[in-house]
Amino acid sequence: MKLLYFAWVRERIGKAEETIEPPAAVQTVGDLIGWLTTRGDEYAYAFETPKVIRAAIDHTHVKPDTMIAGAREIAFFPPMTGG
Amino acid sequence: MTAPVTIRIQQTDFDVAQEIAALSKGRTDIGAVVTFSGICRGTEGGDATTALVLEHYPGMAEAEIARHAEQAMARWPLTGLTIIHRVGRIVPGENIMVVLTASAHRQAAFQAAEFLMDYLKAHAPFWKREETAAGAGWIAAKTDDDDAAARWDNS
Repeated sequence: MKLLYFAWVRERIGKAEETIEPPAAVQTVGDLIGWLTTRGDEYAYAFETPKVIRAAIDHTHVKPDTMIAGAREIAFFPPMTGG
Repeated sequence: MTAPVTIRIQQTDFDVAQEIAALSKGRTDIGAVVTFSGICRGTEGGDATTALVLEHYPGMAEAEIARHAEQAMARWPLTGLTIIHRVGRIVPGENIMVVLTASAHRQAAFQAAEFLMDYLKAHAPFWKREETAAGAGWIAAKTDDDDAAARWDNS
């Protein structure tokens, strides 16, 4: 699946997108954040306060307990500040 | 006739008066147009702002705006709606965004504009980075924005 990062999440990780294949045990958005955190210091830094991180699956906002099965694109970003 | 809905995300600035004219020209079913125009301030928390740089999530930003536009059209008797949001570098005094709601009477137009702004602030994937003489940093979200959006769920 494709992962996208925006704003300071993107800056901390150091890339805007990547394609990953998480292990089968990674079932929810929260699991995915936990797994990403183990991939390096830049991920640990980006996700150091998981409760402020917002996520979207295929352009729809989702909660940490949402299942990721079937997702094509998952995005992680900080709270929004448009308008 | 279906009420016209215009949604644009663009780098270039726009003219609010032209957008109002485009929405209302030749129409006799519009009695009220409410405009919310978001403009780049020259200061943020006492510090001088050089520019704002707006980032968005292409695809999802359009989808979120469209979803909220549909909700507003379903909830109020609107006869037209225009939402424009800029991305990229914006200097103080320039437009950031505009919401125009048209209706036969003012109440629907006022309420729909406020609803749209509250929802877009909390849910549309845009992020502002502020440039100042001292450096640059991401603008923090206000929890008030989430509260403002939530109040429409109960009314």
